[in-house]
Amino acid sequence: MKTLEFLIQRLAKAAFVVLGVVILNFLLIQLAPGDPAAVLAGEAGAGDEQFIAQLRAQFGLDQPLYVQLLSYLQNVLSGDLGYSYRNQVPVADLIMERLPATLLLTGSAFLFSLVLGIVLGVLAAYKRGSLGDSLIMTGALIFYATPLFWVALMAVLVFSIHLDWLPPFDMESIGAGYTGWARVMDIAHHLVLPTVTLGLFFTAVYTRLTRASMLEVMNLDFVKTARAKGVPKGRIIRRHVLRNAILPVFTFASVQAGQLVGGAVLTETVFAWPGIGRLMFDALMQRDYPVLLGVFLVTAAVVVLVNLVADLLYRFVDPRIETAG
Amino acid sequence: MKPTTPLLKVDNLSIELPAGFDRKYAVENLSYTLEAGEILCVVGESGSGKSMTANAIMGLLPSYLKPSSGRILLNGRDLLVMSEQELARERGRTVSMIFQEPLSALNPLMTVGEQIAEVMLVHGEGDARSRDERVLELLDYVGLPDPASLRHSYPFRLSGGQRQRVMIAMALALEPAMLIADEPTTALDVTTQAQILELIRRIQRAKGMGVLFITHDFGVVADIADKVVVMEKGLIVEQGTADDVLNRPQHPYTRRLIAAVPHPDESATRAEAAGEPLLEVRNLQKTYRSGGGLFTRPRIVKAVDDVSFTLRRGETLGVVGESGSGKSTLGRCILKLTDVDGGEIRYRGKDLVPLSQAAFRPMRRHLQMVFQDPFASLNPRHTIGRILTDGPVANGVPMDEAQKKARDLLALVGLDPSAYDRYPHEFSGGQRQRVGIARALALDPELLVADESVSALDVSVQAQVLDLMQDLQKKLDIAVIFITHDLRVAAEVCDKIAVMYRGAIVEAGPPAEVFNAPRHAYTQKLIAAIPGRHWNPRAAVA
Repeated sequence: MKTLEFLIQRLAKAAFVVLGVVILNFLLIQLAPGDPAAVLAGEAGAGDEQFIAQLRAQFGLDQPLYVQLLSYLQNVLSGDLGYSYRNQVPVADLIMERLPATLLLTGSAFLFSLVLGIVLGVLAAYKRGSLGDSLIMTGALIFYATPLFWVALMAVLVFSIHLDWLPPFDMESIGAGYTGWARVMDIAHHLVLPTVTLGLFFTAVYTRLTRASMLEVMNLDFVKTARAKGVPKGRIIRRHVLRNAILPVFTFASVQAGQLVGGAVLTETVFAWPGIGRLMFDALMQRDYPVLLGVFLVTAAVVVLVNLVADLLYRFVDPRIETAG
Repeated sequence: MKPTTPLLKVDNLSIELPAGFDRKYAVENLSYTLEAGEILCVVGESGSGKSMTANAIMGLLPSYLKPSSGRILLNGRDLLVMSEQELARERGRTVSMIFQEPLSALNPLMTVGEQIAEVMLVHGEGDARSRDERVLELLDYVGLPDPASLRHSYPFRLSGGQRQRVMIAMALALEPAMLIADEPTTALDVTTQAQILELIRRIQRAKGMGVLFITHDFGVVADIADKVVVMEKGLIVEQGTADDVLNRPQHPYTRRLIAAVPHPDESATRAEAAGEPLLEVRNLQKTYRSGGGLFTRPRIVKAVDDVSFTLRRGETLGVVGESGSGKSTLGRCILKLTDVDGGEIRYRGKDLVPLSQAAFRPMRRHLQMVFQDPFASLNPRHTIGRILTDGPVANGVPMDEAQKKARDLLALVGLDPSAYDRYPHEFSGGQRQRVGIARALALDPELLVADESVSALDVSVQAQVLDLMQDLQKKLDIAVIFITHDLRVAAEVCDKIAVMYRGAIVEAGPPAEVFNAPRHAYTQKLIAAIPGRHWNPRAAVA
């Protein structure tokens, strides 16, 4: 009952948040310099006033701002995200086409960093003060401090160009025409570099977080109780320490999960990954505002949704938390 | 009777401290024995090393502490030479331990039943079904209600006393020969403490266990001990049967500790305070609301329910109650640290309740508070001088005058003048509490609210601070509201006692009356629960 009430409340709030984001984005875009009609006209090679005015009228850009906003809101509420000036297809179709690639990339990066980060963090805490601990923590510090794009470029340089182990860009081999398992393997092969690149920062975060949290929990009284009960060390680490130490990691993981759609712009651009991030980047360059707004909307909706799911999951991870408003 | 090996024999045990501590050994040349079916109390103040042997027995010493000599023989086998695996087998099976803090000693993310069953699981006892049955049996045995549903609860759902029962159930799971109890009742209310002590004694008799009971409270010792070991600064200063140590203490340290045990002085009668009332509280109400949503009702707790009392200059009112009785909320209401829902607080005839915070501010200096935790209530980044002058300076006293006053106050509360330029962390708990009192006095208050001000202190320090407070009260003629959970302390220092229960004052009167002829059932229960009631520490050191 309480969960249901919580869910209803939160969903209502979430709807308002997304609506607010939509309006804010629309207004922000108006502030950006550059006129889509001028860009379009420029690319079409015809720069005269009359053509631009005609383009403006065609796309409704000559209407007052509030009229444009209202009609945009009306469309969004009825499920229509608009029409791309550039690609001449509905924005929703564009996004749906690109979404799986992004989710595949960010999802694998998410799992990669979460699993590796926790394992390394537990190892470092368990062997605190040892050489292994120092190595893990130094590595974590390096990847925590290094900019993503640099890691990406270096990874391409080393693993693709010099060693020729991994493909440097794109999602699958163009023109190879693989099907079935061969295609899956091909995509997986292409997935390695971007996943690792995107995931390393968060791996470092999780490693540090897990280690610190483990060390803190190890000093708590109930761990002493467990030892006094005669629980073996391995079981103490797994059942008593890690179980409690995972809570802050979970919190941060929900932050990363919120970036599932919008967090890979840089990586997708560097690795030419055909996902949402690159769509957004291109749309920005081309002043393709409906596409940009659509991507923003989907990104915001995912963040809000993931937060909601995380809050619900918290109840199961930590029984002390009551999901009250 | 043939000589048998004792259950536990600690033989010449020394544990060295790393360099940089104030003494070389945490404990030095400890020797004592514990027989099956016996309760041995190890008594001492904080820092005496009384918990150290318990932790050494369980192999729970922090890694920087290593026993440097001696043996700990459990049934004749030396625990100090056992491997970690061998030790793990003994823990929970032959020796179990319960701890001081029931709030933190249980894993918050495992159900109570799981945690009890885990003892059997890791020792390879029984199968899932038999373990479940045993869990139910144990929960029932330690007197917890409705074991069938309680075992699926998480610890945070249970009260402190219930959690300590769970800890005991866990310790008993494999019927160990020996139980170590490290201050198991210190964090509990007095009535809960009495129940837990009773439970431990009952179990000990029924199972013939040997119990090593560590405590700082001589009242508890008087209630349960067969033998007593008194420790000071890592050394055993005295040991013997409970009767000998309690009633004929030999060592000066033991005598000092026993003399410091709070005990109502029945002969002393106090002069009735006369004159105008300083503070009149009438029908005070304070309710807490929590939770509540679209479909659920908010939880309403009456923290202060229709409380009235009068306090005159030079008078001490003891507000006594258990945790959750509303006694601290009452103190906070009087100082306007929290809003009030109804009633009057008349200070010198002027009602404080309708005053805004801004209008009340000039009056604040007359009403001061001494807090419970001497560690948390002083700003660690301010010198004592700054702490003592901040209040007066904020109230418009010139700096040099405030400084002079601060130095006088330090002398008044018995601290060295050099304390002025030092920081709180350089002082012990008792000294910090003196600073806390000096800070409150810096504003020349007429009313002092002392909220559990001596509860965190060792008995001997507690006695000193209480003496100081009484002394100052006589000198300065201030009124004191003394909030405490300890009836013994209240009876010793207060002119009047008000017993609070669920937000209401259920009984009030002079200490002798409340103590000797309690009228309300709750007061009677409280007094019956005082540990060591049948023992008179005054007679022991007379």
